[in-house]
Amino acid sequence: MLKATVYVTIKKSVLDPQGVAVQGALHSVGFQEVESLRIGKYIELTLDTNDREEAGKRLKAMCEKLLANTVIEDYRYELEA
Amino acid sequence: MKFAVLVFPGSNCDIDCYKAVQETLGEPVDYVWHTATDLSDYDCIIVPGGFSYGDYLRCGAISQFAPVMNEVAKAAEQGKYVLGICNGFQILTEAGLLPGALRRNESIKFRCHDTTLKVVNYKTPFTKDYAEGEEIVIPIAHGEGNYYCDEETLASLKANNQIVFTYTDNPNGSVADIAGISNERGNVVGMMPHPERAVNTLLGSEDGKRMFSSILKTWRDTHGTASVR
Repeated sequence: MLKATVYVTIKKSVLDPQGVAVQGALHSVGFQEVESLRIGKYIELTLDTNDREEAGKRLKAMCEKLLANTVIEDYRYELEA
Repeated sequence: MKFAVLVFPGSNCDIDCYKAVQETLGEPVDYVWHTATDLSDYDCIIVPGGFSYGDYLRCGAISQFAPVMNEVAKAAEQGKYVLGICNGFQILTEAGLLPGALRRNESIKFRCHDTTLKVVNYKTPFTKDYAEGEEIVIPIAHGEGNYYCDEETLASLKANNQIVFTYTDNPNGSVADIAGISNERGNVVGMMPHPERAVNTLLGSEDGKRMFSSILKTWRDTHGTASVR
């Protein structure tokens, strides 16, 4: 059994309106030091395999096919036993 | 000419699309469930607005794998007409039938009001009854209608005349004011505004009517008199 976590974020080159709004909200309550803020998605998966290499390949495919829209989003994942 | 209006769990503009076809054209139209595996009977497929699969993960992300979408891809390949409106546009981009993606509106507000569109390409099967550069009033209702594509894609959209409509007063932050685009061949169009909600003056505008009449006219032109019922 492997546990995977996938992080999906809006590409740096693409505006993240949600992030901008939350950053503005932090500023308005006094957290002026926040220079940038981006909001993404956190996805947890449990995989029925112990083969890390194979799991990595499958995860990449899952991200490219469904979990991230690579036109506007970047993704990364972590795998642990 | 036969129309299909796809229905996904969460579609909510399917009835409006069905009625727009029925009442403005009087042509046969069916609701087609997302699990359907045959669209061979239909000449035009409308992918309606709504919140397919609850918009979980991303708008249109899950719908792209609905069984019916394989048939939509086949129909598009065969040159049949495919019109995606609002969530339907999002689904078509997710399915790769149209380039780009739809992001959260720049204002973060759900925008629901009339917009003025400029008809940029009046030569598509969907826009023949409009004049080039004509301004029409069609309502929008979306939270994620902010069209994005990279510069290279934008250049090719322009070069191939794939920008069908632009907003005169960009309500969502879309790249190059884009409200609707087509594929290279011109038989697949996606747009965020709702022409099916603008088919009668009682609704505030009937400027959307001519999209439906354009489709029928193009179909009749390409199918000759033999198909006239």
